[in-house]
Amino acid sequence: MRLATLQKKFVSNLGVILLAMVATSLPAQQTRVGNIDGHASAGKKEYRRSCVGCHGPDGDGLGENAQWIDPKPRDFTAAVFKCRSTPTGTLPTDDDLGNTIHRGVVTTNMPSWLPLTGQVRADLVAYIKTFSPRWSQGHGTPITIPPETPTTVESMLRGRALFQKMECWKCHGPAGHGDGPSASTLTDSKDNPIRPYNFAAGTRFKCGETNQDLYRVFMTGLDGTPMPSFADNLKPAEAWDLVHFLRTLQPVKTPEAAAWKTWLKSNANSLKPIGPETQ
Amino acid sequence: MIKWFLMQTRSGKGARPTVFIGRASVTAGLVLSTMALAPPRATGVSPTSYHPPYNNTGPYSAAPIRLSSHRPSYGSTVSERYRQLMMARFNKALIPAFARKYNLPCSACHTTWPELNSFGQKFRDNGFQLGNDRDAPIWQNPSYFPLAVRTTPMWHMETTTHQPVDAVRGDATSGTVERTITQQGFDLSGVDLLFLGTLHKNISFGFVPSSDNTGSFHLESAFVRFDDLLDTHWANVKVGKFELDNLVSEKRFLFLSANGGIYQNYHFVPVGDATTFGLGDNQVGAEFSGHSENSYTRYTAAIIGNSDGEVGFSGGSQAYDAAVTVSQAFDAGSLGIQRIGLYGYLGQRPTTFETTAGAAIPGTGSFNKSFQRYGVAGDFFLGNLEFLPLYLRASDDAYLGTATAGDQPLPAGARAPKWNGGFLEIHYYVNPQMIFTQRSELIRMSQQALPTTPSNLGNIDAYTFGYRWYPMMTSRAGLALHGEYSMVKTIGAVPLSGDGVGLPPLSPDTPVWSRSLLFGLDFAF
Repeated sequence: MRLATLQKKFVSNLGVILLAMVATSLPAQQTRVGNIDGHASAGKKEYRRSCVGCHGPDGDGLGENAQWIDPKPRDFTAAVFKCRSTPTGTLPTDDDLGNTIHRGVVTTNMPSWLPLTGQVRADLVAYIKTFSPRWSQGHGTPITIPPETPTTVESMLRGRALFQKMECWKCHGPAGHGDGPSASTLTDSKDNPIRPYNFAAGTRFKCGETNQDLYRVFMTGLDGTPMPSFADNLKPAEAWDLVHFLRTLQPVKTPEAAAWKTWLKSNANSLKPIGPETQ
Repeated sequence: MIKWFLMQTRSGKGARPTVFIGRASVTAGLVLSTMALAPPRATGVSPTSYHPPYNNTGPYSAAPIRLSSHRPSYGSTVSERYRQLMMARFNKALIPAFARKYNLPCSACHTTWPELNSFGQKFRDNGFQLGNDRDAPIWQNPSYFPLAVRTTPMWHMETTTHQPVDAVRGDATSGTVERTITQQGFDLSGVDLLFLGTLHKNISFGFVPSSDNTGSFHLESAFVRFDDLLDTHWANVKVGKFELDNLVSEKRFLFLSANGGIYQNYHFVPVGDATTFGLGDNQVGAEFSGHSENSYTRYTAAIIGNSDGEVGFSGGSQAYDAAVTVSQAFDAGSLGIQRIGLYGYLGQRPTTFETTAGAAIPGTGSFNKSFQRYGVAGDFFLGNLEFLPLYLRASDDAYLGTATAGDQPLPAGARAPKWNGGFLEIHYYVNPQMIFTQRSELIRMSQQALPTTPSNLGNIDAYTFGYRWYPMMTSRAGLALHGEYSMVKTIGAVPLSGDGVGLPPLSPDTPVWSRSLLFGLDFAF
């Protein structure tokens, strides 16, 4: 009996010790971008090399260049991120952050860091997450993107109607030039002036360039900006209609723009102008 | 009688200055200086022939050679060659103007400036654009000006062995003896004015006036580049004067001293060889290039005028050179990015010219003879260690190798000179603001142009050690405290180090050591 008790104690103590060892060896906030584990300590070095000038040594977006930059660099201590696959108000996934580093944010000072190795990008994500205690809550659950509806002129017309109905034009302007009547009054969550996206000048969107990326923006919103989530206001099919219409506004050749242009040749007069006069 | 015509002096209003200083002329300078030690040939002396001024009594005494006024001539002083070298070692590109434009620190684009990292390589490949739809100048504050300036106040010491000097100081008739010459003092490098940027979305430009340490300027680079033709990164065209797409760039390396400040392999020509070409010289021509989205895969194909970067028709003939490079990088996880590449250069140089009143007419060269350079290079990371190896295989046509006119018979036994070369450069990055460097470089002749030439004539051994400390790292300007020690052993080629020296020893096959010690304040704004 005594031997059995000793064995039980030994196993029990060993278990506690092993548990403690495992617990202390795990990173406080584990990071995984794709299939690569990120390490905050390694990320700190790269952050110092490439990011600190804008985002600042403390991650508060107050780097030495911040005063010259518009829009302002992200404040990682607030842990509010525009480009997410998760619902509004939640934290992005590690892949979301990795994708932003990979892709950059068009029309801002944030370049694409595509040439960095996947490991370096994962390390950077891990380090960025050390700036805010919010990350202890874990990230949100990515939304589901349903299959895209057919790209038809009818879909674009419905999207155009939604652009009017949802008052997108008030910020983005009737032609999507980012010059709506509210545009000059907009501020971000830190009270910095912010301009709505100009669809006619950008070849890509800030959070990606595919139709899925644009759909995702409608449904998750761009946290920290006046761009809300329409997850409660738009049905998936309606969101796709809006995607198809917005594609016609871009200065690049898209299937939507081609179909729209053809249709317009004989039907332009049937369209009511977008804007307040039609209300 | 064997003729060897290089370009004659232009006369009249359009005459160029006799002294041409610049990176592009460095190879020419080295060519001419090594030709001064060429093995004896059956050479006729013409009124325009030139004999080296120094008392070269060795077995490879100089042959009379016709000269180009556009090139550093045999008649140029040794100090001039030294100035060329001083220029060559400095024309290195880093552009704080880009940092100011994009509000990025130097370290975003450079491992340590001026060497590019993978992000900087992509930026350069994109035509100095980040690709954020805000690259065109119309988006910039009108006060932004795409100019950066770089120079280096320094102290340096140069030591050269086996230098022929008067046996009795001040007495030119006292005979010549060999001594080791040591010189030291405060000095300046040249100055680079770096204008580079975008003219419009996907149209970029470069314009780099560069001076030697006396303030004599020349045009180091001038080009326009059209990016993303047909909306693809795989099609870009650059026209003008630019650096060849060397995987290991001499324009962006981390060495400044007289001996360490050039890649010997990029400028070497065998003793007595008339080929004027250097892989490290900026060339005039057109380059078609392409790259993958992340610039891991890259290629260039260029058609180059045969002037070795000099403007006008000074190159001589209506032939063109071709340069090809291709490289592939790999993501090696925590080790970093590993890149390996191949390069090749096939060129031609004329050996005769139409003449008027005995003077060659520019651009009328004929009897072109070929030369080639090819090899493999790499850029490998092992954590904080970076390895930059290069292998070079080169050969020149026998006519070029013996400096014989193409319409004349070759000297007995003449053949194509061939050689192998290479280097291994190692960087240790303590952090983005501190780096230690080392480079070992070798050149070995594998076949001399003339069977009677000693097999080791022209061989070079070069070693360099250095450090650079960047006390600040901002997006506005850069400063590096630079220390470097380099030593080069040459056999037959004129040593490079020193001002007023750089003479061949009394016996040209005597190995000569040239050593440099340099401490400088390398800054760019």
